[in-house]
Amino acid sequence: MTHESKPKTLQERMELNVAALLVMIAIVVSIGGIVTVVPLFYLDSTWEDTARAADGAPAHPELAGVRPYGALELMGRDVYIREGCYTCHSQMVRPFRDEMERYGHYSLAVESKYDHPFQWGSKRTGPDLARVGGKYSDEWHVAHLMDPRQVVPESVMPSYPWLADATLLGDDAVRRMEALRMIGVPYTDAQIAGAAAEVEGKNEMEAMVAYLQMLGTLVPFEEGKAYRE
Amino acid sequence: MEYQTTEESYRFGVVKAFSVMAVVYLVVGALAGVYIAAELAWPWLNFDNPYISFGRLRPVHTNAVIFAFGGSTLFATSYYIVQRTSGVRLWSDRLAWFTFWGWNAVIVAAVITLPLGFTSGKEYAELEWPIDLMIAVVWLAYLFNYLMTLANRTVSHIYVANWFFLAMQVTITYLHVVNSLAIPVDLFKSYSLFAGPQDAMVQWWYGHNAVGFFLTAGFLGIMYYFIPKQSGRPIFSYRLSVLHFWTLIFGYVWIGGHHLQYTALPDWSGSLGAAFSIAMIIPSWGGAVNGMLTLSGAWYKLRTDYVLRFLILSLAFYAMSTFEGPMMSIRTVNALSHYTDWTIGHVHSGGLGWVAMVSIGALYHLIPRLFGTPLWSMKLVSVHFWMATIGIVFYVSAMWVSGIMQGMMWRAYDEYGSLVYSFAETVVAMHPFYALRWFGGTLFLLGAIVMLVNVLMTVAQSRNGVKAPAGAVA
Repeated sequence: MTHESKPKTLQERMELNVAALLVMIAIVVSIGGIVTVVPLFYLDSTWEDTARAADGAPAHPELAGVRPYGALELMGRDVYIREGCYTCHSQMVRPFRDEMERYGHYSLAVESKYDHPFQWGSKRTGPDLARVGGKYSDEWHVAHLMDPRQVVPESVMPSYPWLADATLLGDDAVRRMEALRMIGVPYTDAQIAGAAAEVEGKNEMEAMVAYLQMLGTLVPFEEGKAYRE
Repeated sequence: MEYQTTEESYRFGVVKAFSVMAVVYLVVGALAGVYIAAELAWPWLNFDNPYISFGRLRPVHTNAVIFAFGGSTLFATSYYIVQRTSGVRLWSDRLAWFTFWGWNAVIVAAVITLPLGFTSGKEYAELEWPIDLMIAVVWLAYLFNYLMTLANRTVSHIYVANWFFLAMQVTITYLHVVNSLAIPVDLFKSYSLFAGPQDAMVQWWYGHNAVGFFLTAGFLGIMYYFIPKQSGRPIFSYRLSVLHFWTLIFGYVWIGGHHLQYTALPDWSGSLGAAFSIAMIIPSWGGAVNGMLTLSGAWYKLRTDYVLRFLILSLAFYAMSTFEGPMMSIRTVNALSHYTDWTIGHVHSGGLGWVAMVSIGALYHLIPRLFGTPLWSMKLVSVHFWMATIGIVFYVSAMWVSGIMQGMMWRAYDEYGSLVYSFAETVVAMHPFYALRWFGGTLFLLGAIVMLVNVLMTVAQSRNGVKAPAGAVA
């Protein structure tokens, strides 16, 4: 590394010194991340259930219905993740007239409060599932998962017959709930103690249906109420 | 043009290994893509088999093309460039080989675990935590070796391509570490540390900067070395490259929120992302212009130089997709395009048109120089060029039409104010375009196979001791 004259500019200084270049890059690329990501972790506006009315009471008491997944639902959600359902189905209804007519009330952040990881998705090869709960019978879901084209001839979804053959282990549910509790999901001791019994002997198909049937059903929405500021 | 491998002055063994593997993974990744494209057009191809069902195979495709093909290309080219532009050998040949075996071990682990359903459930970051740890170790070894090689350089200034590689290495370290934070349940299962909107924003900060740094900054490093080398012209403007570099790496990091417009993420986040996305047209086009104008006075070379064609066409696609992306981040456009195939089309105009084309051009430049022999067939390079280009055009146009059509059908109302189409009807309408996309992808895949044959024959030719004729042009 030889250079006759002193570096003339900041740019040249960095081109001459790899440590300076490294530090400058490390600073420059961190700013955007800090500004766009970090505030979501401390601003109250991230979650709708933190909104307060003038008297200090929760502005939207109906949002208290959001709860962690039950043991069977959680196992179903894990099947949903394992099968990569999120590659074709979103779980995020946007506040547009057509979407609300097609799927139901627009989604709130608080509805995915216990979603580790989130499953909002990025593509709708199939329809949105954020509010699929209660729209079809359990029998419909089983028939659809076994062979989608039996019930929806136009569908391009794969069949999932193997779910019906896979028996769940109670111990798995317990360990998963304990792990989630460690990162802040408020499972009670009683819920975890009862998890094995709830899941034992059931199969993945039943778990998947339990999960699908609760999606989007936790909040009794008031028609026309504004939940976002 | 000299065909010496100069193995005595540089460490090119690891560059050779990564280069050949890049071509192999191009075929593998494109094959997986073509298969899942066929599954969407003809769903019986899922064969009721869990291991090849769309949802499990799609991450195999994305991981194979981004990390296996893109990653191998980046390792190969960056190890080559850093030695050539610094005038020294790699600081540690052993560490470089460690990254080769480590990275390939990660790829093998991915190809086994993803079809088995071991996934974190986060797009483009599906690999489970033990593999994430392997990636982190390999990546840091790569970064450290790179830094030490630059520190050892015998030339005074650090060349522009290396700035881009360094920015990629630093940013990917941030992104990978933060986005992979998770609580393990067992060896094959973990839960993301974050939830809901926070997880969404962390994920898209990761997701968009995997595009911005892995698939853009790194490949711009390739552009800044291989376009001047292949065309025999100096970079158009040094000042523009300085501006390009700092504005690009500063701006990209802000724009992840544009993936989450109109979602339950607070509005400020998506709007901020969109504003920066639009501003990003300036550095992106600055870079594209800098690359293209490097050819000033040498455009005639495109008539005869097939390798240069790949490189220049890649910049055209780069300019096009870095215009399209900001447009799609505008809220009203995003309202239509989000969740549709338009996104898939955009990703592939960038992924195939820019990343793959610039990589292919760089690899065709590199391989004859590494193996000390001309390419086995220049004619096949030309065949590959046309197959790839036509394939991309079919792919991208099919997705544009189907994406916009899908978005319009979802929101179509009749005169009585009710929705015109059921979701199932919109799925039926996509079928011809899914078939057309499969056709475009297949053409691209066949082109990649032609390249693999050409590269393997070139390697065989080098083993047989065929040396380049003096003055030959590759």
